[in-house]
Parts: sequence; structure tokens; C-alpha cells
Amino acid sequence: MNIYVLLKRTFDTEEKITLSGGKINEDGVECIINPYDEFAIEEAIQVRDAHGGEVTVVSVGSEDSEKQLRTALAMGADKAALINIEDDVENGDQFTTAKILTEYLKDKGADLILAGNVAIDGGSGQVGPRVAGLLGIPYVTTITNLEIDGSNVTITRDVEGDSEVIETTLPLLVTAQQGLNEPRYPSLPGIMKAKKKPLEELELDDLDLEEEDVEAKTKTIEVYLPPKKEAGKVLSGDLGDQVKELVHLLHTEAKVI
Amino acid sequence: MNLTFTEEQKMMKKMVRDFAVKEITPCIEKMEKDEFPREVIRKMGELGLMGIHVPEKYGGAEMDFTSYIIAIHECSKVSATVGVILSVHSSVCTNPILYFGTEEQKQKYVTKLASGEYLGAFCLTEPNAGSDAGSLKTRAVKDGDHYIINGSKMFITNGGEADVYLVFASTNPELRSKGISAFIVEKNTPGFIVGKNEKKMGLHGSRTVQLTFEEMRIPVQNLLGKENEGFKIALANLDVGRIGIAAQSLGIAEAALEAATSYAKERQQFGKTIATQQGIAFKLADMATNVEAAKLLLYRAANLRANGEKCGQEAAMAKLFASRTAMETATEAIQIFGGYGYTEDYPVERYFRDAKITEIYEGTSEIQRIVISKGLF
Repeated sequence: MNIYVLLKRTFDTEEKITLSGGKINEDGVECIINPYDEFAIEEAIQVRDAHGGEVTVVSVGSEDSEKQLRTALAMGADKAALINIEDDVENGDQFTTAKILTEYLKDKGADLILAGNVAIDGGSGQVGPRVAGLLGIPYVTTITNLEIDGSNVTITRDVEGDSEVIETTLPLLVTAQQGLNEPRYPSLPGIMKAKKKPLEELELDDLDLEEEDVEAKTKTIEVYLPPKKEAGKVLSGDLGDQVKELVHLLHTEAKVI
Repeated sequence: MNLTFTEEQKMMKKMVRDFAVKEITPCIEKMEKDEFPREVIRKMGELGLMGIHVPEKYGGAEMDFTSYIIAIHECSKVSATVGVILSVHSSVCTNPILYFGTEEQKQKYVTKLASGEYLGAFCLTEPNAGSDAGSLKTRAVKDGDHYIINGSKMFITNGGEADVYLVFASTNPELRSKGISAFIVEKNTPGFIVGKNEKKMGLHGSRTVQLTFEEMRIPVQNLLGKENEGFKIALANLDVGRIGIAAQSLGIAEAALEAATSYAKERQQFGKTIATQQGIAFKLADMATNVEAAKLLLYRAANLRANGEKCGQEAAMAKLFASRTAMETATEAIQIFGGYGYTEDYPVERYFRDAKITEIYEGTSEIQRIVISKGLF
């Protein structure tokens, strides 16, 4: 089976977000594989081990993304591709990424494409479905179980805490939700092998794309941090009065009722 | 002098950190009740962490010495207990067999030690022979194709849990340290008796036992190296052991510093966080400086060793300074936590108890100073 995983490099969940010049400051920030993409990598490896084939991990980003791709190779993926858009694209959006990935994937004959449900930075959850749309293949998001029998696929997906079972066929794109599996740690032999595995580097030219082909469809007007969380208020006095005060505050101050 | 990590080292550092936080942290409570972390060790074996520096042909990951030190450092940051189990297993059991063993011994023991199927231990110390290894009382007498070993050992880390023991015994008492031989002993050998497990101040969950050997018959094939070569074998890995304990010390010190820093940012007194009180902020500044200095000494010594260069002085300095830093940082961390730091609700009292032993084992601080001062004259 020909399996592809879409991987994004994101900030470590413990990093503090700061802004400089209206943009998110990336200097000295520790980066990781988007945690939802780790579920996708793990699932891809398991599907390959059960059904045979090859897992290729692909990322659109800068040369810094090589580190995350190597980690995926250390986990057990077979090959990686890095589409470096650092010099060509200044302001990309979900369309940009999806368009580039589609151009890369269109002649690869992928049977199964896996991605994270969302990236923990942008959080749009759009790239996976957009790629499926552009490739003209079905997609299922937020999956928590995947069973493949020949070209028939049975999927359980998370629907706001409930489960939905879907039957579909390959080729297919799925996005991984937490609970799909427990991603493995890259083992030490895996880490040693990773540097010898093929990692292809591409630029827009290699995909016959021009900058205007991938120009963002959206424009970011402003980037700002959420307001600082204020200390809570502790009410006191007679319980009946406290309830009245609480309702009053929820109504007038918090404006939630 | 290059002290930056390679990409592989960075990747393994992150992996070990993630592993320690997610897989070791949940076991700390049980370890504090003195349960040996067998499951953690098994998982570490699966990831290749029990045979980091062992060549691929013996089932290891064949990474360099610095990578091994990174692993002890990161494990110890979460649990000094796991740090010492790994350090003893690798530095002073697997390593000597790898360097001095016959091909047959390596195939038989190193492969299983590297995969974590076997756990290793090192048996040199006796009731009356600690820093002075020449006065060993354990005797090994040759009898045909066996050696008969009698005697007892003390403070044996991993004892009782380990499957393979490197046992030092005197084959020629008149020659003192030059009459010692090393033997590979399996746990299930008749006459191998596991005695009491010491109740320790710290490193709970690790084993520190007495061992007694009664007419224990060890085949001559299990003599490591040549007869009377034992002391050389013990000394050959001294630096490795010391750098390992320096890494454990640094892990404890970093953990104490991080705990104290985050507590100081939260704890409010006199209407502001204690981190904004200069008395506390300066304390943290000194702690951070010592931790950084310990890190540089440690990785400098590790790098020398990884490159096969002489590192006796540097290893002793790293061990001396890092262990002192662990003790001082843990002490100051408790001070910053105040009364809470003295309770078991916070981890700093554990760091304090775990730190003390680093100034004692693998050569006391006094022994390190002897080594360092001898290098000066």
C-alpha cells in the first residue's frame, strides 16, 4: 500500500507565544511534530506493517522542518519529502499548503493519505479536506479507528464525543483524532537509521508551480494575543445574597445570560 | 571546543525526556514505596536505552558515549532512581564485558544486557573494602574447570533484581589489588545468596543489597579478562562510572532548579511573587549558574571520553562539582519552597534525599579531590 502522511512542524505546546512586529515570534522557539500528526504517523506505520507497502511523510515548510521529518523517519516511516517554500512564499494560507501538497501528490498514486485533525497552531483543520477535494478522493475527519479490508475501509470517527461509523473505499484521506492510537517513541536504532533514509527536498519549481498559483486566498488583518486572564472573584455573605449577586454579575458583567 | 549536540543526540534527548515525563513520572509514587521499576526498565529496553553504546552486532544502538550520558541526565531529571539503575547496568556491567570479554561472553551476555532482557550489576564493595579495593576478602580458588567463590559483598546496586553480576574476588590475596580477578556470575548460580535490601535515605525503588557467596562454582569460561586482571578492569571503567553519576547529579540539580523557579513565579508573599524578591531571585541566579557550570564540565568530560581521549581529571572534576551542585541546588530549592519544601507533597525533598548519595558513591568527593590534586603535582 502506498501511504502518505501530511506533517506540520508546530510550536512545542509548552512554548509561550509572543508577538513582534505584528507577527508571532519564532526566534529560539522549540518546535515539535504537530501532536495530531503523530497519530497519523503511528497509524500509517501500523497500516504498513499489517498490509505492506511504504510510508512517505511530506511537509510544506522551511528547511527547519527537516528535524521533524527525521523524527518521523526515526519512528519508522520509510521516506520523507520536504517542500521548502521559504524563499517563494511570504504569506501562505491553507489554500497555499493544500495546493502545493496536491501538486506533489497528484501523480503519486497514493492509496491512503493521513493527516492530523488540526494543527495546534493555526487550528483550521482545512488542509487535509482541501487536499482530498483537489485530488477528487473521499475524506473522513477526526477518525478514532481505521480498518482496511482490500479496498474497503471501515472508519470510526469522533463526532463531538459520540462515535459515527463510516464505510468507504480507497483511495482515501483521513485526519487523525486523539484516541486513534498511542504514538510510539522513536527508538534509538530508529534514530540511527533515520539519517540514512531518503529525504527529498523540493521547491515550487520542482512541482511546476509559480508563486501566483499558490497565492493565499485570505489576508491576515491583525494578530493579537488574547486578553490576560483576570483573577476570579470570590463572593461572600449570606448564601441567598451570593446567588443573587452571582446572577446579577453573570447578566451585567460577564454578559453570558 | 565543540559542545553542541548532533541532530541524533538532540532527537534522542527529546525522546528520552518525553519518555521520562510520560512513562517514568507515573511510577514515582510506587518507587518511593520502594517498588523496583521493572516495567520502566522493560520499556527502556524496547527503545534501545539499555544498550545505547553497545555495537549493533551485539544488539545495541551503537550510539556514542555522549548519547549515553544524555540518557542518564534526562532520566535522572525525572527519577534519579532510574538514572542509577541505567548507569550501573551500562557503565560498570555491560561496558567491562564489552571491553574485556571474549566473543563467546559478549554473544552470551552483552546481547541480552543490551536488549534489556538481562539487567546488570557490579560487585566490588565489601563491608571492609569501599574506596580501598585492595583489601577484598572475597576469595576465588581454582578447582579444575571452575572457580569456587566465597565471601560477601555490600551496597550492590540492582542486586537481587539483576540477572548478571560482575563479581570481583581475590585470586591471590598476597598481591592485594594486583591479585583480584573479575567473574561473570548469573543470578541463579547455586550458592548465590541475596541478603538484606538496605533502607536508604533516597533513591527509593532502587536495590542496594548484601550478597553472600557460599561455595559458588563459576566455570572458568566466566572469568572476565585474565586472572589477576580484575583491578585493571574495575579501574578501566571508573571514568565512565563517574561521568555517569555526574549526569545523574546534573539531572537532580536541573529538576530542583526548575521546581524552585516555577514555585517562585507562583508563590505570593507581601503582595508579589517571591521571584520578584531579590533575595530569592539572586538565589535562583546562583543555582542556575552552578547548574550551567556542572553541565559544561559534564559534557566536556563526556566528549573527551567519546573521542577516546584521557579524561580522568575531567571526569573527577565533573563528578565532584555536579554532585555538590545537586546537593546545594536541592537544599536551596527546599529553602525557596519554605515549609512546603519539607513535605512529601512537593518533589524537592526527594531531590534533596537523592542528591546526597551522589557525593558518596562512584568515589566519594574526597576521592575525587585526591584524583584531581594528584594531577596537579
